[in-house]
Amino acid sequence: MSILVNKQSRVICQGITGNAGAFHTARCLEYGSQMVGGVSPGKGGTKSEHGLPVFNTCHDAVKDTGAEVSMIFVPAPFAADAAMEAADAGCSLVVLITEGIPTLDMSRARKYLDDKGALLIGPNCPGVITPGECKIGIMPGYIHKPCENGSKSVGIISRSGTLTYEAVWQCTTRGISQSTCVGIGGDPVKGLNFIELLGMFQDDPKTDAIIMIGEIGGTDEEQAAAYIQAKVTKPVAAFIAGQTAPPGKRMGHAGAIISGGEGTADSKIEALKEAGVSVADSPATIGEAIAAHL
Amino acid sequence: MASTMKVHEYQARALLAEAGVPVPQSSVVESVDDAVAAFNKIGGRAVVKAQVFAGGRGKAGFVKLCDNTDQVRQAADFMLSNRMVSVQTGAEGIEVKKLLVASAVDIESEYYVAVVMDRAKRCPVVMVSTEGGVEIEVVAKEKPDAIVKCWLHPHMGLLNFQCAQLVTKLGFTDKAQAKAAAKVIRGLVDIFLKYDCALAEINPLVRTTDGEVLAIDAKMNFDDNATFRHKKLQEMFDPTEENANELRAKEFDLSYIALDGSIGCLVNGAGLAMATMDLIKLHGGEPANFLDVGGSVTTEAAIEAFRIILSDEKVNGVLVNIFGGIAKCDTIAEALIAAAQEIGFKIPVVVRLEGTNVERARELLEAAKIPQLIPAEDLTDAAKKVCAKVA
Repeated sequence: MSILVNKQSRVICQGITGNAGAFHTARCLEYGSQMVGGVSPGKGGTKSEHGLPVFNTCHDAVKDTGAEVSMIFVPAPFAADAAMEAADAGCSLVVLITEGIPTLDMSRARKYLDDKGALLIGPNCPGVITPGECKIGIMPGYIHKPCENGSKSVGIISRSGTLTYEAVWQCTTRGISQSTCVGIGGDPVKGLNFIELLGMFQDDPKTDAIIMIGEIGGTDEEQAAAYIQAKVTKPVAAFIAGQTAPPGKRMGHAGAIISGGEGTADSKIEALKEAGVSVADSPATIGEAIAAHL
Repeated sequence: MASTMKVHEYQARALLAEAGVPVPQSSVVESVDDAVAAFNKIGGRAVVKAQVFAGGRGKAGFVKLCDNTDQVRQAADFMLSNRMVSVQTGAEGIEVKKLLVASAVDIESEYYVAVVMDRAKRCPVVMVSTEGGVEIEVVAKEKPDAIVKCWLHPHMGLLNFQCAQLVTKLGFTDKAQAKAAAKVIRGLVDIFLKYDCALAEINPLVRTTDGEVLAIDAKMNFDDNATFRHKKLQEMFDPTEENANELRAKEFDLSYIALDGSIGCLVNGAGLAMATMDLIKLHGGEPANFLDVGGSVTTEAAIEAFRIILSDEKVNGVLVNIFGGIAKCDTIAEALIAAAQEIGFKIPVVVRLEGTNVERARELLEAAKIPQLIPAEDLTDAAKKVCAKVA
């Protein structure tokens, strides 16, 4: 078992004929994901460079391929619309990789997806991977370790891309496998958040422990801490990036900003520690922190 | 993106006026004579205000209430010939080029009205308070009940009953004044949605002794992700108070923020870049910058990144931390070698590479034999080495 995606997941790529979309569709295919087609307006009826059918609309793609997941590489000005199209076409999971989408667009798109009952991952994220089964996104596949019989597995939730790879690699080199890794993205308004995913990992029999990687900005980690205290019985380790970040500056991610005294690393670390979470003080000891519980 | 775009007070006033929000009569001037002419045109008392982004204007003497032309001349001359130094500017201060001369009004009561994005609720929220004229953070801390909030439906915006509720909470009972207050709230929401604001704030909104409702001061920040669709905002952009290196980095799609320490950082990914700064601090060093080169970095951009880092005179060591995913380690290694040849490293550069094509990257670096390049085994080793080098 795993959460969100597995061997059976049928995936289309919106933006499959663009540079990033084509490149990463190829990497996902190599990894073994069931990529079944793509969407590129005006290019319907052709084949992609991978030999996959290309459709003009998401509705055509879903009808023809039976896809339930869409991976989106559409440029920022049109990306929120693409996410809504995927939901309207019947996709139950939308993985939005695109960076730089206007916040108001995401506010509208998230509400639309909620109303349609579709789940959203991202935007501005690496995507989601269930190691050994299905990779949807831009993370390097080989650093992950699939669950095997008897091995201990962690589920990973993270606001950062490369910092997730760091945590994954530290687990893999220690022999700890990963059930599913979800990059929830660095934007202020997004899809699935810590709380929803903590709940899914808590209920997933293949997940023995959970790593969450947060950063400055907003109060999602504080809310996650309260949820962990109330509902999560599996061990949780965490790292919070941005302890040295100055207030009022956006640190690369649109959502990574301390404003009006809210969103500091200290506040998040304190809340997580109070909830019994092992908080690593260095990005180099995330694997160590979770290994202590397994 | 490293920052949120701001506009000056006079520009925010123009946006308010365009949205039908009443503001006192005013002019923007760049000389003492024009300031006096603007004062005479207004007729009566006026406020002269320096148009800069930095706060602390009042305390620094860059906001002055004037009753006559001599006072206007004196205030304008002072503001245009001195650099403004406040807690937010640093000791060197900033040059003032533009002044706003605005009609002064007799205030009966002050209010606060703002629209911001509520991240947790994922929609814009309108906040109003009868505690206007003071910083809202102070009100939030000391009298949280004095702030009334109203969340907007992402697809429907401000509904009539919500607007009416807010006007009532502000205590407007006179029919004409209530109508005017409603127009202000509606106008501010329109601006927020139309121009993709991150913050649209009127503080204070006032009721004058003769019953007028006017926006006295306004502050607006915009979502950098959305400025591509607002030509008007692009034209309003004023780079004079921005950090030159931060602007330069932006041109190369690099995300750079200058800090005060001595160890330069070059990292891929925003989260890892922040974590690298934290790691340096943990091992006793001080980071000189935040720098995320992004996922698809080119050799040219990486060389530029080095130029920017090394142009900071405080920097006496650099930590390169790359976890190759899409960004390949060998690309970074090639850029490192090219930068060393083009710029020449006079200070130690500790390099930690992991991930995609790391073996090839290590071979390249070894073959290049650059004495200042110090390879690191892992993250902790990298931080220890660079901190030891600059200590």
